[in-house]
Amino acid sequence: MLKLPIYLDHNATTPMDPRVLEAMIPYFVENFGNAASRNHSFGWQAEEAVDYAREQVAQLIGADPKEIIFTSGATEGDNLGIKGVYEMYASKGNHIITCTTEHKAVLDTCKHLEKLGAEVTYLEVQPDGLVDLKQLEAAMKPTTILVAIMYANNEIGVVQPVKEISAIAKKHGALFFTDAVQAVGKIPVDVIADGIDIMAFTAHKMYGPKGVGALYVRRKNPRVKVTAQVDGGGHERGMRSGTLNVPGIVGFGKACELSRLEMAADTERISKLRDKLENALKQIDESYVNGNPAHRLPHVSNISFKYVEGEGLMMGFNKDIALSSGSACTSASLEPSYVLKALGLGDDLAHSSLRFGLGRYTTEEQIDFTIKAVTDTVLKLREMSPLWEMFKEGIDIDAIQWAHH
Amino acid sequence: MAYSDKVIDHYSNPKNVGTLDKSSKSVGTGLVGAPECGDVMRLQIEVDQATGIITDAKFKTFGCGSAIASSSLATEWLKGKTVDEAVKIDNMDLVEELNLPPVKIHCSVLAEDAIKAAINDFRVKNGLTELVFEQSHV
Repeated sequence: MLKLPIYLDHNATTPMDPRVLEAMIPYFVENFGNAASRNHSFGWQAEEAVDYAREQVAQLIGADPKEIIFTSGATEGDNLGIKGVYEMYASKGNHIITCTTEHKAVLDTCKHLEKLGAEVTYLEVQPDGLVDLKQLEAAMKPTTILVAIMYANNEIGVVQPVKEISAIAKKHGALFFTDAVQAVGKIPVDVIADGIDIMAFTAHKMYGPKGVGALYVRRKNPRVKVTAQVDGGGHERGMRSGTLNVPGIVGFGKACELSRLEMAADTERISKLRDKLENALKQIDESYVNGNPAHRLPHVSNISFKYVEGEGLMMGFNKDIALSSGSACTSASLEPSYVLKALGLGDDLAHSSLRFGLGRYTTEEQIDFTIKAVTDTVLKLREMSPLWEMFKEGIDIDAIQWAHH
Repeated sequence: MAYSDKVIDHYSNPKNVGTLDKSSKSVGTGLVGAPECGDVMRLQIEVDQATGIITDAKFKTFGCGSAIASSSLATEWLKGKTVDEAVKIDNMDLVEELNLPPVKIHCSVLAEDAIKAAINDFRVKNGLTELVFEQSHV
């Protein structure tokens, strides 16, 4: 029996794997020690658990455990990574390069630094969502201290050419930071092979608990340091003070281990389901897949259904299917997705988009149900859409003088 | 954000979806909104020339559930009213009936604008001057 509602919003968050919960449970009531307590067994037990988790996390990304700084999540990691480099390397320069499709945690951090005197270049992306390497190269300056480009995009799932980007940064003596929230645990990420200097990621996007994440900070070639943004007891090699969230960290470690062991099998299964969904929905007239299809996360599909509005579309099935839209009406700002607009999509296509994010527990039955529900609703709403009628009559909608309100 | 039952009902079973002959002298058409803003409404009325009573009303809307519900409800209210009565439909009446949250008030404004645009289209077609309206409540 198909159980409703169906969850297809795994880019927002993932359910916790029961095996992760099981690993965490002893660290709430029984082994509750503070990992920084050096003088008794409660502290030692907690420290041992954190050390083990640190290894599990490091192993997933090819890092040394000493290079893992635990945080409260990727927003904190983005802040610490970018602000920490800006402060630490102030004598070297003040120029940061990022791109327009970054997460707000990166963009708003950069805006904050601009107020403090940073010079920030926001690279435009190409229509497929990828950064143009020539543009990046041209933007590099002697004062560039940091290139901050995400590993994979949260809305359209495109995977940036991280190796090439990090090589350009290195060539010009700048550090490379990446927000890898959507990539780690989903596709192979290797900090050595990818040339990453600093990387933020989080547990809850990979079947771990919310409220815990990590910042990878390279220790060799080059040795990177970030200035702490929270002052206190000097935890995490002085870069992030605050009592460690031991159960969360234990869960994060377990989630990393499971992802490492099961990634290949998960990817094979989930990408087949994603392709089935996408191929079926592409059969609908005037539907467009957003983002480069060859360089994309295996579980994500972002599709615009022209002439129907995203929120109206979701209303047709949102009691049964949970997903998200780039439509303005789903945001408080009434502006459609800035990521889709950055691809050069017209506002009308940005308003008409749905993001499907599949996950570890997505079944073929759920995908079949989704294909039917989305197709039926698109067709129903088009019968109700004046734009669809005009399109069918051959009227050029772009040529109409619309009264903007 | 949860929708009110009335919005869900109009969305699921919209009343008066369709198209009237816009070249007919007894039909007034109002097309308001813009695709870039995420909502476009087309509302049409058919008027009995002798009595001034609106005998039919149809809509098509590109937009969210609240925009669809606002236009569906508007067409229901229009039928049977005279043109003079229809002019008085206020967007806040739609807001109240559909229990729209503040962020969706613009949907009701759009419906009111569509009604007025349809009435003016009908007036111009029949040799009358366009009515000038005050700004609706946003």
